[in-house]
Amino acid sequence: MKTKRKAVALISGGLDSLLAAKVVQNQGVHVEGINFYTGFCVEGHTHAIRKKDKAKPKRNNALWVAEQLGIKLHIIDIIEEYKQVVINPKHGYGANLNPCLDCKIFMVGKARQWIKENDFDFIITGEVIGQRPMSQRKETMPVIAQESGANDLLLRPLCAKNLPATLAERESWVDREALFDFSGRNRKPQMALAEQFGFDEYAQPAGGCCFLTDKNYSDKLADLWRTRGDKQYELDDIMLLKIGRHLRPKSNFKMIIAREEGESRFLTGYKKSFVHMQAISHNGPLVLIEGSPDSDDLILAARLTARYSQGRDAENVDVEVVNKGRQECLSVQPMLAHEIPSEWHI
Amino acid sequence: MSQQTLDARWLLCPLPVIRTQDRVKELEVGETLEVVCTDPGVLSDIPAWCRINGHRVVECETVEDEYRIVLEVCG
Repeated sequence: MKTKRKAVALISGGLDSLLAAKVVQNQGVHVEGINFYTGFCVEGHTHAIRKKDKAKPKRNNALWVAEQLGIKLHIIDIIEEYKQVVINPKHGYGANLNPCLDCKIFMVGKARQWIKENDFDFIITGEVIGQRPMSQRKETMPVIAQESGANDLLLRPLCAKNLPATLAERESWVDREALFDFSGRNRKPQMALAEQFGFDEYAQPAGGCCFLTDKNYSDKLADLWRTRGDKQYELDDIMLLKIGRHLRPKSNFKMIIAREEGESRFLTGYKKSFVHMQAISHNGPLVLIEGSPDSDDLILAARLTARYSQGRDAENVDVEVVNKGRQECLSVQPMLAHEIPSEWHI
Repeated sequence: MSQQTLDARWLLCPLPVIRTQDRVKELEVGETLEVVCTDPGVLSDIPAWCRINGHRVVECETVEDEYRIVLEVCG
């Protein structure tokens, strides 16, 4: 009896990985999905924090894709191991702090390890030559296969015909003729294939699936590294970069100001770890202070906190400050718009 | 069978799903796990994860700003 071969597909939640897995699944291969959580993943849920977005449907696209395909999905936390990729990428960064090529090599390498431990035969990705400027180019395809250690265990069904045959094709585990030769940034072939498979709804994240490709986010991470004096981070650091308005009035402290009620609620979970303040005479956002502010800095921060409260036009606003468990009330004059230099905004 | 509780409050998805997945690996068939979260995304994600992996959602409720999901580990 012919052995049913097993493949693991890297599932990002986007269209390409959905199609790549489906193509191989249709050839009678047992497919399971793997999704890596780096801490930088763009999820609808990050926006779900914001009250104004609460009406939008919230779902994890990788789980949704797995459900469409009827496959198991293994979501793997790689937060700690991934730090080396972000902090010191061998192949450098893209336009922002996105280490796309190192990231792909790392993830395929993790999938290589996973198939070995779980007795699977090969790896599938939704990569397409020319699709992305840094990681999906003709020259980088063999680099990913080699440096990840996957070599010819890595099959890219959507562009396989543009690449040398892999083990799965040579051994006839899959029919190479039924694979594709997509290339470039044109999405029409993928959309046509999706239609053929009956997928009429799928995620198409405009800026990719990673916060590191976002300029504003990368600027905040660069600021964090610069002011701390080294390129380290913890999960809470990178989560907080996704939330609120970030202002750095001085190098020794930064303010994270909730932009609305949902963010205030989320930041409440961090109150114990930070000096924090909030207007009490007027409605206003919760503000976390990161760093080592002195008493003058706290007055400055309280004036800014007052500025972002509903008392911005009042003569004085009472701001409650909680510093190392000690609570005090500062009555301050809200800062005026022109007193806030644009470079304070990170 | 005993019921265990997983505190996944203040974690954003998919971390509550990952923590649930890891805890379920340690449980026997028939045991139940209560997961308490603050990210509303879990209302969609944990049931989806259960459907994919063949587990059963027993209860799903919202209490003020917290979400409580009880699932039963199936074979």
